[in-house]
Amino acid sequence: MTATKGPSRSQRSFGKTGVAGSSAGSSVGASAISLLASLFSGLFPNQAGSSSIVPRSSIAGSALAYLVCIMAFLASLTLGAVSMVSDTAKGWQNDIAQEITIQVPPVEGRDLEVDLETARQIVSAQAGISDVLVIDAAASTALLEPWLGSDMDLSALPVPRLLSVSIDATSPPDFIALKSALAAQVPDASVDNHTLWLDRLSGMADATVLAGLVVFGLMLLATVLTVIFATRGAMAGNSDVIEVLHFVGADRSYIAQQFQKHFLILALKGSAVGAVNALLVFLFAGWWSQAALSDPRSDQMSAFFGSFSVGLSGYIGTVLLVFVIAFLAALTSRLTVMRHVGTLDGSAKR
Amino acid sequence: MIRFENVGMRYGPDREVLRDLTFELEPGSFQFLTGPSGAGKTSLLRLLFLSLRPTRGLIKIFGRDVASLKPDDLPALRRRIGIVFQDFRLLNHLTLYENVALPLRVRGHDEASYRNDVVDLIKWVGLAERVHSLPSVLSGGEQQRAAVARALIDRPELLLADEPTGNLDPNLAHRLLRLFVELNRSGTSVVLATHDVSLMERFPARQLILQDGLLDVVEVAA
Repeated sequence: MTATKGPSRSQRSFGKTGVAGSSAGSSVGASAISLLASLFSGLFPNQAGSSSIVPRSSIAGSALAYLVCIMAFLASLTLGAVSMVSDTAKGWQNDIAQEITIQVPPVEGRDLEVDLETARQIVSAQAGISDVLVIDAAASTALLEPWLGSDMDLSALPVPRLLSVSIDATSPPDFIALKSALAAQVPDASVDNHTLWLDRLSGMADATVLAGLVVFGLMLLATVLTVIFATRGAMAGNSDVIEVLHFVGADRSYIAQQFQKHFLILALKGSAVGAVNALLVFLFAGWWSQAALSDPRSDQMSAFFGSFSVGLSGYIGTVLLVFVIAFLAALTSRLTVMRHVGTLDGSAKR
Repeated sequence: MIRFENVGMRYGPDREVLRDLTFELEPGSFQFLTGPSGAGKTSLLRLLFLSLRPTRGLIKIFGRDVASLKPDDLPALRRRIGIVFQDFRLLNHLTLYENVALPLRVRGHDEASYRNDVVDLIKWVGLAERVHSLPSVLSGGEQQRAAVARALIDRPELLLADEPTGNLDPNLAHRLLRLFVELNRSGTSVVLATHDVSLMERFPARQLILQDGLLDVVEVAA
């Protein structure tokens, strides 16, 4: 409850009579007005609690929230997919870069097993080698089964034998020295450090990530355009509010701020719901891929997609996306209001 | 305070709706703006309210040449002018109190500093019982008075009213006129656009008569 000190603005300015009529207006003394005002003061909310200048609910506003929600969901999924491909490609590259293969073909007049053992000793002696594994004949033959079938007798074929060499990625061996050492004692052995594979794989991964980023960029652009059109639609419904604010002396930035705040909150809510749903999809996909790892059929899947889970960058990107979309909606509404207010004074110009 | 010199205005390529207007509004003056429908009263009020620019001629408002005003200069000038629109322009999602307080709110005043004044003014225009009501439940006359209260709340130097008694019965119209006169006596210049001859007869004042875009100024002895 507040009490007025001295004459109020209306007492100073508007006289005593008023439209209520002389019988009512003139009989109301300062103390009664103060009492009335103090009664009302408890009923009125404070500045922060006053009704929003921009109407909170409108069909266009709800449509905008749903649109932002859907666009945020799709954009988050795209971002998550890009993050997953990028992380998986890096995993492939790391795995392959840590291994080389030495192929020793059967040559007439030479003992293949001796050549293999010689090659193993030469390679093991090199610096930067952490492990050398000789792939036995049965395993080498098994590698051909997918192409030649299991019924065929492969013992007659000159199937080369392989050495799988793990290298220390932090201090890799000198491949030129390794090749020349092998060439001196096992001249037919060939060293494959997967450079070709790596180049192709990283090219494919880069292309996939780039395509994903382009799709993500298009999603963002579509989101911005959607927000622009939906915001303009919502604005059209509020043009009377803008005009009244303008004509009672509000400056453009004040009006823009009111709408900007309104649309920022609206878009934050919409995009947060969309992003949370996308995060749930990521978590479910991660859980599903983990649960499916025990299934032998998932081996190929996991070989390609790792654990089929979105990395930290995907989660961080999704959270950031919420704010980016909300910022874009607020910015769009601000620019739209500024432009609209500008047109209110622009007609019938010289 | 306000000076028009050979002002003309047209909408698009059409003929001028206002032609060769030359007049002055003195501080503390009271004038009726009258004329038949379509004579250009609302356009003249919009020129005075800076929501239109003239196609030719000179307009000086509070000493500023309108032609040299930048968009960001307009709000400060508009705050010195109160306007009552013919269609009220109340915001339907705000209560009567919030509508009347709107000019002070958008000008950044703290609510505690104006709450009592707004309530007093609402009472003064006879709407004390309606203070929490939304405009949609107010009658035309009540909305009219709410619009007047909103125009007056920040004590404008110039009050422009477009047919402010159009929705009121004669008794209430005369009371509202007394309100404008009282406001004028406290120093505010008033331009009251009206068709109501009885109002002009009841309160003899300067008349700006618009006819076919041309202005005739009739000085009336008080």
